[in-house]
Amino acid sequence: MSFPLERTQVDGDGWRRAFEQTLEAGGRLGALWGSDERDRAGGFAVHALLVVHERLRWISLPVADSYPDVSHVFPAAGRMQRAIADLLGLRAGEDGRGWLRHGAWRPDSHPLRKDVASEADLPEGDPRYDFVRVEGEGVHEIPVGPVHAGIIEPGHFRFSVVGERVLRLEQRLGYTHKGIEKRFEALSVEEGVRLAGRISGDSTVAFAWAYTMALERASGAEPTARGVWLRALLLERERIANHLGDLGSLGNDGGLAFGLAQFSRLKEDLLRTNRRLFGHRYLMDRVVPGGVAADLDKGGVDTILREVARLEEELVALRAIYYDHPGLQDRCINCGRLSAQQAGQLGVVGLAARASGHAIDARVFPGLPPYDVLQPKLCAHRNGDVASRIVVRYEELFESLELQRRIVRDLPAGMVRAPVPQASDGRFGIGWVEGWRGEVFVMLEAGPDGRIRRCHPHDPSWQNWPALEYAVLGNIVPDFPLINKSFNLSYSGADL
Amino acid sequence: MHKLLRRIVRVGIPTERPPKPDPALRTAAPRFGERILELLGRALAIRHVDAGSCNGCELEIHALNNPYYNLEGLGIKFVASPRHADLLLVTGPVSRNMEEALRRTYEAMPEPKLVVAVGDCGCTGGIFGESYASRGAVANVIPVDAAVPGCPPEPAAIMQTILTAVTNGRRSSPALR
Repeated sequence: MSFPLERTQVDGDGWRRAFEQTLEAGGRLGALWGSDERDRAGGFAVHALLVVHERLRWISLPVADSYPDVSHVFPAAGRMQRAIADLLGLRAGEDGRGWLRHGAWRPDSHPLRKDVASEADLPEGDPRYDFVRVEGEGVHEIPVGPVHAGIIEPGHFRFSVVGERVLRLEQRLGYTHKGIEKRFEALSVEEGVRLAGRISGDSTVAFAWAYTMALERASGAEPTARGVWLRALLLERERIANHLGDLGSLGNDGGLAFGLAQFSRLKEDLLRTNRRLFGHRYLMDRVVPGGVAADLDKGGVDTILREVARLEEELVALRAIYYDHPGLQDRCINCGRLSAQQAGQLGVVGLAARASGHAIDARVFPGLPPYDVLQPKLCAHRNGDVASRIVVRYEELFESLELQRRIVRDLPAGMVRAPVPQASDGRFGIGWVEGWRGEVFVMLEAGPDGRIRRCHPHDPSWQNWPALEYAVLGNIVPDFPLINKSFNLSYSGADL
Repeated sequence: MHKLLRRIVRVGIPTERPPKPDPALRTAAPRFGERILELLGRALAIRHVDAGSCNGCELEIHALNNPYYNLEGLGIKFVASPRHADLLLVTGPVSRNMEEALRRTYEAMPEPKLVVAVGDCGCTGGIFGESYASRGAVANVIPVDAAVPGCPPEPAAIMQTILTAVTNGRRSSPALR
């Protein structure tokens, strides 16, 4: 149950060099976060997870108040650095605008510092924000949000357009920032899994698994084999539920309401099966330290096999309708294109990366148990448009259905859950799970008495939001909902 | 086209019966008379605001429009502007960063207006509680008429709470008559 993790402390030059070497080796930025170490090392630190193929490198840099900017190497680092500045007051780069802060606290308050109490009510700051202005004849701005027209999470999009064509999109996120990282520090490591499962409601299995993986590594425990296989079953069911939901919405946004009606029916059927077999429609709180809090009997296996066969039949029919529908194809092909080169430069991950020709899938590289045995197929496309992201979702649906079939056939016998000893003070671990949207990381460090000293959860939306700003360029405003839905990024997961 | 039509015919209409209102879901005494609720309940327009949720409640609100629950079949629909809305459906602990937007959305709605808080977080702040970044329960920011607990509450429970909000102590909602 292991992946190669190399942890090193670096200096400022080493920090910058490590990023550059990662880029040269074709690697990517996994996560970037800060910590308050004043009670032991006398200062602060920033940390990065760098991923090259299936190797993980964790570098840490001691920091007094500022550190080298690496957003020229990996552009997605820019927002992560701004979040660190808001939460801990450690600065990098020239963009001094708050990212998570808005007006809820002032630039000189740093809520994630250890000397700020968890229930502190900080004085309000100035909520104004300087968007980048595009100037020229006929250019005007369309501000959208934070309250959107549909049933979706809040965020602000500022379009600069000429006629209907988008010249620039600037996102402003952070509206759902609710202090998750600070909240973790008021919990025990066992209680933390419940919060991890509520970082992004549509990815509860992915985050809970990444959290428990980090915890198990910190305490030197192993989950049971049956528990790990059942986690994979739940993770694939989460992937299926989200892909079904998004394929329906994509049909709807493309003018095919039939698609929404059919796919939302299939998704509801799946959620009801979840409720019946595992006790929760979205599988919240089913992944627990040491394994899972659910089991599958013979009847459950039969239910899943029947459901897999029925879904395969329905999906073949629906795929043929989607692929044959001229109106839908017209909306999707060449719409919201993210080229392989752009995706690489922006460090895009997950299904968006795979639809732009990048072979990134943590189920394959490194392929942690049980995926080392299951050997899932990596589904990819090279066009990087909305249509490619639809193709990848269909392919992944069929693959996840097949994986379910293999999981219930070869499910190891035994206990679903093993005891996990308390992680001692200072022990740490990393969890790495390919959720439906992309790779999720959780970094966990235990404190004294089984408390959480620091927990940083990382959603792939951090890397993919900036890519959406590029994918929409040159497209028309009415195509934005379709392009946006084809990525379907998380607000809550990255706002924390 | 024939494939599409064949699928529609094969699937049929899976819509289920809606739940009955439950006065226990009210958090405040009805603020409006029978006559007003009667009118609202027959063609209710809902504006949804995510005030900081994890997106779990949004998934279940979405499900209300699937063919099983078919909320729109009861004359209840989601609208894009608070100016068109009779009822505000709010999820999440209210984040400090959404507090102003939530208040403004509420103020933009014409009277008479109703508010339903959704989920454990909307009811109490849930696991996120109150902090430097969160105001907690929706009722800490705007007046709430009915609230539905759950993490997330299932679609039938959300539907029942919406129907309760437009019912003035009667056993059935105008939408169901």
